[in-house]
Parts: sequence; C-alpha cells; structure tokens
Amino acid sequence: MFGTAVIVFREVLEAALIIGILAAATRSVPNRNRWLLGGLAAGLAGSALVAASTDVISAMASGVGQELLNAMILGTAVLMLAWHNIWMTSHGKALAISAKSVGNAIQEGRQEHSVLLVVVGLAVLREGSETVLFLYGISASEGAGASQMLLGGGIGILAGVTVGYAMYAGLLRVPMRWFFAATGVLVLLLAAGMASQAAHYLIQADLLPSLAAPVWDTSAMLPETSLPGMLLHSLAGYDPRPAGMQLIFYALTLATIALGMKWANSSHLK
Amino acid sequence: MNFNPNRSAACRQTVTALTTVAMLCATTAMAAEGEYALAIQDHRFQPAELIIPAGKKIKLSIENRDATPEEFESHDLNREKIITGKSTATIYIGPLTPGRYRFFGEYNEKTAQGVIVAQ
Repeated sequence: MFGTAVIVFREVLEAALIIGILAAATRSVPNRNRWLLGGLAAGLAGSALVAASTDVISAMASGVGQELLNAMILGTAVLMLAWHNIWMTSHGKALAISAKSVGNAIQEGRQEHSVLLVVVGLAVLREGSETVLFLYGISASEGAGASQMLLGGGIGILAGVTVGYAMYAGLLRVPMRWFFAATGVLVLLLAAGMASQAAHYLIQADLLPSLAAPVWDTSAMLPETSLPGMLLHSLAGYDPRPAGMQLIFYALTLATIALGMKWANSSHLK
Repeated sequence: MNFNPNRSAACRQTVTALTTVAMLCATTAMAAEGEYALAIQDHRFQPAELIIPAGKKIKLSIENRDATPEEFESHDLNREKIITGKSTATIYIGPLTPGRYRFFGEYNEKTAQGVIVAQ
C-alpha cells in the first residue's frame, strides 16, 4: 500500500504543481475556477481514454507512439505556457491594477481561459493515464487487492494535491508587486522543463540524437527519486543525467519565451 | 517600440541553424544499431542481466508476457516506458560508457529488477 501511495504521489505531484502555479498566475481572471475544473475533468476523461488505448498508441509509429504522444503533449503545453506568459506580461499588470476595463479584460480573459484549460488538461492527461494503468495493474494482480489499491492511491493523490495546493496558497502570499514576476518565472521554468522532457522522449524514440549523454551526472548528489529531486524535476525540469539535446531544448525555450516577454513588456509600455 | 530588429534576426538565424544541425544529426542517428531483447514474465525480467557493447547505440525490445501493464524504468539509463500486458515495446539506449546500469519495473519493483552491463 505504501509503495502504491508513493508511485501515485509521484505521478500526481507534477500535475498538481502545474495546476497550483497556473491557478495562482490567473487569480485575477474571472470564472477561473470553472475553467480549471473543466480542464481537470477533460484531462481525467482523456487519461482513461489514453490508458484504455495504450496498446494501440504503443504500436503506432513503429513502436514509438507513446514517446511521440508524450512529446506532442509536452510540446503543446510548452507553446500554451509561452503564450500565457507573453500574454500575461502585456496584459496581466493592467488587469490586476485597474478594474476599470473589466469588459475588455473579460474579453481578453476568455482567450486566457482556454489556454489555461488546455494546459491543465494536458498535465492531467499525461500523469493521469500512467496512474490509471498502474492502479489497474495492481488491482489485477493477486495479493494487493482492490481496497489496498484504493487506499494507497487515495493517499498518494491526497498528498500530491496537498503539495499543489501549498504551492498555490504560498504564491498567493507573494506581495502583489512581485507576484507577476514570481509566477512568470515559475511558468517559464515549467515550460523549459517540459521542452527538455519532450526532447528526452524523442531521444528515447531515436527521432533525435542525444548529443552526448549524460552531459553530467548528479544522481548521487540529488537523486530524482528524493523529494527535493522530484520537486525540482516537476518545477524546473531537473534531470540528474541530461542529454545534450535536452539542454539545447531547455535553453532555447527559456531564451525564446524570455525574449517574447521582454518584447511584450516593452511594446506594452509604449 | 524599442525592440531591436537586428537582434531578432540574429535570434531567428541561430534558431534556424540549430534546427538544421538537429535535423542533420537526426538523419545520422537513424544508422543501424544492434538489437537486444528482454522479456517480462511473472513480474520478473528475463534475462535479469543483459550484456551489451559499450559505445554503441542499441535497440532494446521488451516483451511483456504478463497480462498486466509494466513500466520499464531506469534512472541509470534515463529511460521510462509503459509496456501493456501481452505486448512488446521498443526503446533505444546508449551509446553507453562501460558500466552497470540498473533497471526495474516500476509497477512491480519488488520482483522486477535487472541490470544492463555495457562492456
């Protein structure tokens, strides 16, 4: 049961942290909760669907369908987060400071909602389908039993959601003048980490070269299985043994979004 | 707008150059590699120790003979992949430096343990 809880926690953690950060980043967007819940529900439904069709997905593209799907999900999430961050840089401050242009803000906010919904849905989809398969495996094998699975799974989900909520609650305490900078940096790191993970899947599928792997090995110092390692992996894409190609993806994403934000900021000030 | 168009052009060029390099590498990455096989039965890997050549990329196919799904995972190799019940999955590994690389089945970690030896 404890083992089940740990594995489920690991899967839930990443999605929970992403949702926590996005929920905080869009605190001023009207009807945010409805959109968040919509994304969550869509992600859960998608998870069941992906889990049920894993056979078909795996067999696609000469056996690397799983990697392609993961890379596509991550790639889409990166684009959405990039857009979110750049949009927030140009409109977010005004949206938070003055409630004068509420009509306008809602108009623009609507677009923002759909982006949020997609990223939340994708995050849940990716981690959720693995959790479903894992729990199915446990319940189907002898010894463990359904009650153990439910208990372990429940504890794991609860623990993951708690960390995600703590992230959300903590961010809300950040003073308003640093708030957008803080969430902006977090979303930026999330996006770069996802890009690196996408590269990782494409390397595993042999669609990209690794370009020297690993570039470094910090697994003894900070293993990915430790709690700090897990948190750093979820928040900033920490990989104890990254391939060169992952680092290129990470750096390019970071630089591209940062430049986009800088550009949006300067054009907005004019 | 105080945006510097020269810098943007330079950035775009850098991105294009990197993409080209990546694509060229991808083509060479398709070159032939050795094929190795593992099987999962009763939540155990067979063989539990697999010897592969160091310094070469290999294709590893893993057949799951159990009815339940398993996740092949290795922190040492930086790989993870779900293999559904009664199916075979393929992953690419390496080139590796000589050494021992532990792997395990995440869904049945107690029994599903193995090691790849690169030499």
